[in-house]
Amino acid sequence: MIIKNKAVVSDDWTVLRLSENETPESVTVPAAKVIVPLKVWQAQRAKLQNRTELGVWLASNERPEELKGEVEKFDVIAVDFPKFADGRGYSIAYNLRARLGYVGELRAIGDVLRDQMFYMQRVGFDAFAPRPDKNIHDALKGLTDFSETYQTSLDQKLPLFRRVKRDGIATAG
Amino acid sequence: MYKYDVYDHQIVNERVAQYRDQVRRRLSDELTEDEFRPLRLQNGLYMQIHAYMLRIAVPYGMLSSTQMRMFAHIARKYDRGYGHFTTRQNLQFNWIKLEETPDLLADLATVEMHGIQTSGNCIRNITSDEYAGVAADEIIDPRPYAEILRQWSTFHPEFAYLPRKFKIAINGAIEDRAAIAVHDIGLSVIKNEQGEIGFRVLVGGGTARTPIIGSEIRDFLPWQHMLTYIESIMRVYNQYGRRDNMYKSRIKILVKAIGIEEFRRQVEADWADIKDGTGTLTVEELNRVAAYFTAPAYETLPANDPGVASYKTENKAFANWLRRNVKPHKIPGYAVVVLSLKKTGVAPGDASAEQMDVVADMADRFSFGELRATHKQNLVLADVKQSDLISLWKEAAEHGMASPNIGLLTDIICCPGADFCTLAFARSIPLSKMISERFDNIDFQHDIGEIELNMSGCVNACGHNHVGHIGVIGVDKKDGGEWYQVSVGGAQGNDAAIGKIIGPSFNFQQMPEVIDRLLQVYVRERLEEELFIDTVRRIGMAPFKEFVYATPIEAEESVDKSAYGFIDKPDNYTVQRKSRF
Ligand code: HEM
Ligand code: SF4
Repeated sequence: MIIKNKAVVSDDWTVLRLSENETPESVTVPAAKVIVPLKVWQAQRAKLQNRTELGVWLASNERPEELKGEVEKFDVIAVDFPKFADGRGYSIAYNLRARLGYVGELRAIGDVLRDQMFYMQRVGFDAFAPRPDKNIHDALKGLTDFSETYQTSLDQKLPLFRRVKRDGIATAG
Repeated sequence: MYKYDVYDHQIVNERVAQYRDQVRRRLSDELTEDEFRPLRLQNGLYMQIHAYMLRIAVPYGMLSSTQMRMFAHIARKYDRGYGHFTTRQNLQFNWIKLEETPDLLADLATVEMHGIQTSGNCIRNITSDEYAGVAADEIIDPRPYAEILRQWSTFHPEFAYLPRKFKIAINGAIEDRAAIAVHDIGLSVIKNEQGEIGFRVLVGGGTARTPIIGSEIRDFLPWQHMLTYIESIMRVYNQYGRRDNMYKSRIKILVKAIGIEEFRRQVEADWADIKDGTGTLTVEELNRVAAYFTAPAYETLPANDPGVASYKTENKAFANWLRRNVKPHKIPGYAVVVLSLKKTGVAPGDASAEQMDVVADMADRFSFGELRATHKQNLVLADVKQSDLISLWKEAAEHGMASPNIGLLTDIICCPGADFCTLAFARSIPLSKMISERFDNIDFQHDIGEIELNMSGCVNACGHNHVGHIGVIGVDKKDGGEWYQVSVGGAQGNDAAIGKIIGPSFNFQQMPEVIDRLLQVYVRERLEEELFIDTVRRIGMAPFKEFVYATPIEAEESVDKSAYGFIDKPDNYTVQRKSRF
């Protein structure tokens, strides 16, 4: 189960993570719907690029520009949060959407928790795989904590001051 | 000052609701402490030695009397009857119960206040000049920009989990009273030759373990681009700032590692994409916000009040107070009054609930209902009629807030230290008390003149020790004792400098004598009218060092209890250090 487009849905993708004795070059990518590490994609591009369904994931220390010009090849791009306090994934997501023009599913994986999801959705994530030990229906509530935001981001092209007419001092009570 | 509209209210109220639920989940163990910690920190709640501490944001130091009364209410209802004004113009309560924090924050929200982003690795409360709007040397009032930045940075989705905390300061006057050179980003509002308004932008300043003065990344950034340019700085930092070592994770380390030219190149490259985009500020928005910071209804008054002039000749205490605690105002007949929270014997920056109520009343009667918190941990009434000064002084004195020591030796900046803070190596509040007692004589202080003595209980330097003319910092000698290193020559403001350490550390009881010896050298060497810092700059550190270490320093006898009385054996006192907040 994952959260996608603000609803809990079933999901048949698996995330491939390399174990210590596997290398990007040698690992066997199963035939199913797999989200592979960026390094595996880069090492096995020739083999993988003809698949009809493929996903790729970025670690928090990897650069989204490495996917420049090929983001549309993927059905899903995921960004890994090794620890929820590692905020690099937010800028990775922003860059994937705003600079690399990615419009497909953008999924947060790893240490994904309810209280970070509102921010994640704002920078362009539309899918979330909350940590398995947490209740996914509970996590869903994190997407609606706030109904207004001040600044622009991926979800909101206009800052509050361009979007609404805000009361000035003349009308303030 | 700024007033919330429906949007501001809604956002803060939704935050209280979100936080209330987080506390509920923590108390029912749905959230582990590790998961909860960053959530509470981003609402200002720290774990300290004795209890939780709550830090409340005072945006760029501006307070209304209503908000001050709410602080008094909170001090009584949720704390032990007092609060602590910090060097970052915020207010801290020290004895908070986790279960009560949602209600406390709901109370605060009714007066347009919160603890949002006062802690944690996010963009913190924006600080500014405590005399903004009234200073005679002001070029542009920085407060509208500070407010716009406050809103922009509040819950910025991309920058809530930065490598480390991020502090922005903004100054709009000739003299820099906002310490912009020691902030992650320092902005000064300036006018270029064409008369256009913009900012000089510094980046990568800071104190703590790696004290460093910020580097200029832009000499003139037109004001419309303030938000997008800062967004680009943040984005570069968020991606490339170090996350492997918390002591190397501030933006200053990144700027130092790659150099300001390369850092600038990366920022400009990111910015090229969003420059002139929708995040660009509009004239309408600037005007909307600026309208909250217009001048109050000043009366037309004579430039100098005759009553004040005659009273000061007959009352020396009043004359001393006028000299130190009253500052010139740009409007004739008005004055800026600094209420001292540095009475000898009281922890620097502490205010009781009663004092808070008194100050709120004074603000209503004497200063259009507004006040400011200063980075030197005092309070300011910014718009006082000179003809009110005598009655104001009497009231302030009655409530222990008229010590005529602003800018003098006992106007000490001081962090909470080992009395409260889990990170401390040594106490700082009792030390400030001991030093204040030794040099309590006000004539002596006036003779020494302007000097900044700043003290921190550990390397994190919350008490601005690096930029103190004299800086004192608790250090770890691994023996559990309390040891302090002393520096001279630091300064904030336009000639910001990092002080130099004079030599091996001293113990608690030696410290007053160390300060005394530093002052003796100054008195011996000073030229007429020369301030301590200027003497240090002229003759260098060597004569100070030589004299301080020339003969052994006896430990001072009169060590009494901790300022709060809950550490009772200072002589064999050992510092309690827990892990992190
Ligand atoms: C009592 C709990 C407190 C804790 C645990 C704490 C912790 C810290 C830490 C760890 C740093 C170093 C940051 C770094 O190197 O990245 C720091 C810096 C700082 N803190 Fe505190 N602090 C506390 C209270 C205060 C108070 C009461 C003040 C104001 C009086 C304050 C003002 C500052 C300032 C000005 C800095 C240095 C500027 C900077 O590098 O950000 N802190 N604090
Ligand atoms: S300087 Fe050290 S002791 Fe003082 S408040 Fe900061 S962290 Fe605590």
